[in-house]
Amino acid sequence: MDGRFEKGGKLYWLHSTVEAFESFLHVPGTVTRKGSHVRDAVDLKRVMIVALAAAVPCALFGMWNVGYQHALATGAAPSFWADFWFGFLKVLPLYVVSYAVGLAIEFASAQIRGEEVNEGYLVTGFFIPLIMPVDVPLWMLAVAVAFSVIFAKEVFGGTGMNIWNPALVARAFLFFSYPACMTGSGTWIALRKGEALIDAATGATPLSLAGDGLAALEGAGAQYGTGFWDLFLGTVPGAVGETCVAAVLLGAFVLVWTGIASWKIMASSVAGALLVGIAANAAGISDIPAYWHLVMGGFAFGTVFMATDPVTSAQTETGKWIYGFLIGVLCVTIRLFNPGYPEGMMLAILLGNTFAPLIDHVVTDRHIARKLKKARKG
Amino acid sequence: MPDIYKIKRGLEIPLCGIAATSVRKVPGISAAVCPDHFKGLVPRLLVKEGDPVLAGSPVISDKNNPSILLVSPVSGTVRSIVRGDKRKLLAVEINPDGKDGAASFPQRDPSALDGTQVREALLESGLWPFLVQRPFGVVADPSVTPKAIFVSAFSTAPLAADTEFTLASDIKYVQAAVTALGRIAPVHLSVKGVESVFAGIRGAILHIFEGKHPTGNVGVQISHISPILKGDTVWTVCPEGLAAIGRLFLEGRYDVRRKVAVCGPAAKDPAYIEALPGMSLDAVAGFCGDVEGLRIISGDILSGTDARSMQGITSSSGYLGFFHNQITIVKEGTEKELLGWMRPLRLNRFSADRTYFHWCLAPLLKGRKYDIDTNLHGGPRAFVMPDPYYSKVLPMDIYPVYLAKACLAGDIDKMEKFGIYEVLPEDLALCEFIDPSKNDIQDIIAKGIDLMLKEMA
Repeated sequence: MDGRFEKGGKLYWLHSTVEAFESFLHVPGTVTRKGSHVRDAVDLKRVMIVALAAAVPCALFGMWNVGYQHALATGAAPSFWADFWFGFLKVLPLYVVSYAVGLAIEFASAQIRGEEVNEGYLVTGFFIPLIMPVDVPLWMLAVAVAFSVIFAKEVFGGTGMNIWNPALVARAFLFFSYPACMTGSGTWIALRKGEALIDAATGATPLSLAGDGLAALEGAGAQYGTGFWDLFLGTVPGAVGETCVAAVLLGAFVLVWTGIASWKIMASSVAGALLVGIAANAAGISDIPAYWHLVMGGFAFGTVFMATDPVTSAQTETGKWIYGFLIGVLCVTIRLFNPGYPEGMMLAILLGNTFAPLIDHVVTDRHIARKLKKARKG
Repeated sequence: MPDIYKIKRGLEIPLCGIAATSVRKVPGISAAVCPDHFKGLVPRLLVKEGDPVLAGSPVISDKNNPSILLVSPVSGTVRSIVRGDKRKLLAVEINPDGKDGAASFPQRDPSALDGTQVREALLESGLWPFLVQRPFGVVADPSVTPKAIFVSAFSTAPLAADTEFTLASDIKYVQAAVTALGRIAPVHLSVKGVESVFAGIRGAILHIFEGKHPTGNVGVQISHISPILKGDTVWTVCPEGLAAIGRLFLEGRYDVRRKVAVCGPAAKDPAYIEALPGMSLDAVAGFCGDVEGLRIISGDILSGTDARSMQGITSSSGYLGFFHNQITIVKEGTEKELLGWMRPLRLNRFSADRTYFHWCLAPLLKGRKYDIDTNLHGGPRAFVMPDPYYSKVLPMDIYPVYLAKACLAGDIDKMEKFGIYEVLPEDLALCEFIDPSKNDIQDIIAKGIDLMLKEMA
């Protein structure tokens, strides 16, 4: 690094930024000073880039689907490349805003703390556009990103110290601050200026249609298909990257195979959702089959990419089972009992994050108590 | 039939440069007694520059417990007394005279002694500091009777010295030492298999441990045999210490000579040497070839010390640690690597993480050894990966990340709860190795232990 960027140099205020770009390109020539003289080749950059790669199928599908939904809703003839291009141009600004605002704050905070820039935002910034409605105004997105990076992450000390998943905090911020832009039927399908839905089309998502039961959903007569497999493939309106369960499963495979995300959280979340779904069916509260909840809305995306965030999820193996289960249960419970929030996943995960330290505390306490009892006996 | 413990967790780092089982001669240059090798000891100097010493002559005593002596490993004259900041005593350097002069002690049959006599003999001879007390890994307190004495007869550290080779001819001494220490407390001896040369030792409770590193760490073994609880005190001894103790009783002399493995990816023709603790590591210059700027580590590559860090000493490479039976030579990794972490495979570097694919390409990479240098491969970050990511290389029933965080916070209650009594920094060396956040976990634990010692004093 140039001397001007070192402490006391004229451009020291750019130190963290320059360091970040430099170490992005090169693995720096830093050697170990304390402890183990050699270290594993893995670093957080590697972990984060693989997590990001796992979500790429969701992003690509999301871009195409934005165009496809637009074509269906405006009565245009669907064409694969034209749809993708339309979606790409719609989603790209979301990415530009997400990364520009988020990274600027990250770089500034790293400089203030005198630390290196943490790569956590690489992933957060990639996830945020995927859980937003595609027509979200860019200034709102910018405010939400700034809020979540500052108040959900940096005030706690940056990546690794945060309590809540920053991407979900950004979504929650918009959800409660600008509900009109986050709910209702006008937000999920991208339209150009002057365009309007054709007469037969609806802007409602399957999740909001499902509020009135399975028959209402299947017989909605929407311009898009509302069958189980339509939902599984994700050719329905919704947040940009959350609709395609097939792409999410591909991501889940990558995350579990590379050991970044815990399959225990995913499995127990699914189990929790199914349990409440089945109970609701049995009690006659809802006629939506339990397994439909797994393919509707953000459940799959949230379970795989959000609930498994290694920082904000439960840390202990037993804790992961409880934490995931809690999220699954909460998500479907909110969907069934609170018509104001058709999407329960965001709140379920944020609540799960809140309880994760408590779950871990109980798990470690009980484990240590058992261990001491055994040791005293032996 | 001994208990067999099959340890599943751990990691074998495929490092190249294992020492061949042959002994090379190296010149004996100089030696030193370094108080820093002994945790918890407050040194009081007993000699001055120019004093003649024999192998076994007291050089330093412990201020808190004057009966604990550190003695010269060789005969010669005191060349210099090295002090650091605030006049802290760093080393007493000794010029060897090339003679085999050694302090002599009475030869005694260890089975005819009682515990008090064994303690007195060890204190008087300067072999006492081989007894390490847990919790915290300090020099054993002679006034304490430990719950048990634990010995790990083998090491699983990367490129570890093979004690089956180095101590094969010293078994009778090891036997004598086990008999002697058995007068103080029950001795637990852990070996790596029934065919081990140590498996025939009598008078000890034998355990068999099988598994990857850190299975050979005595701390890991204790946690499986009988975990250390609050209020417990146990002692540990290294096998080289046993051989020296046995020689004291059977031969009546202070003799801490041992075979030391000179190994490591940068070592030329790695082999064993005859060495003394406190020996100047300049003696292994022949293993470095013509390469400049290598790091010579006293001990293993994960938990050894970079002996050069001491200021003001005569030896440019530092001195061999009192408990070490291994010298590791490794290249400094000061070179930048273009697009390192972005490469899909990066097979020329070792990683145990599953985001590199060494683990699933294992059949193709079979037996591949890596030349690992000291590059950090990243920058320091906060802990991100959850606790189980680390505990998969720590075969102890504790939560390593919770323990490290408790140490960082200086929270004594939490440190106790999460097992500070059971660990020494070396036990968490592999957690440090695999950490993608590049935390100095061993240093964090060491500082936690220092805080515990301060608070409990």
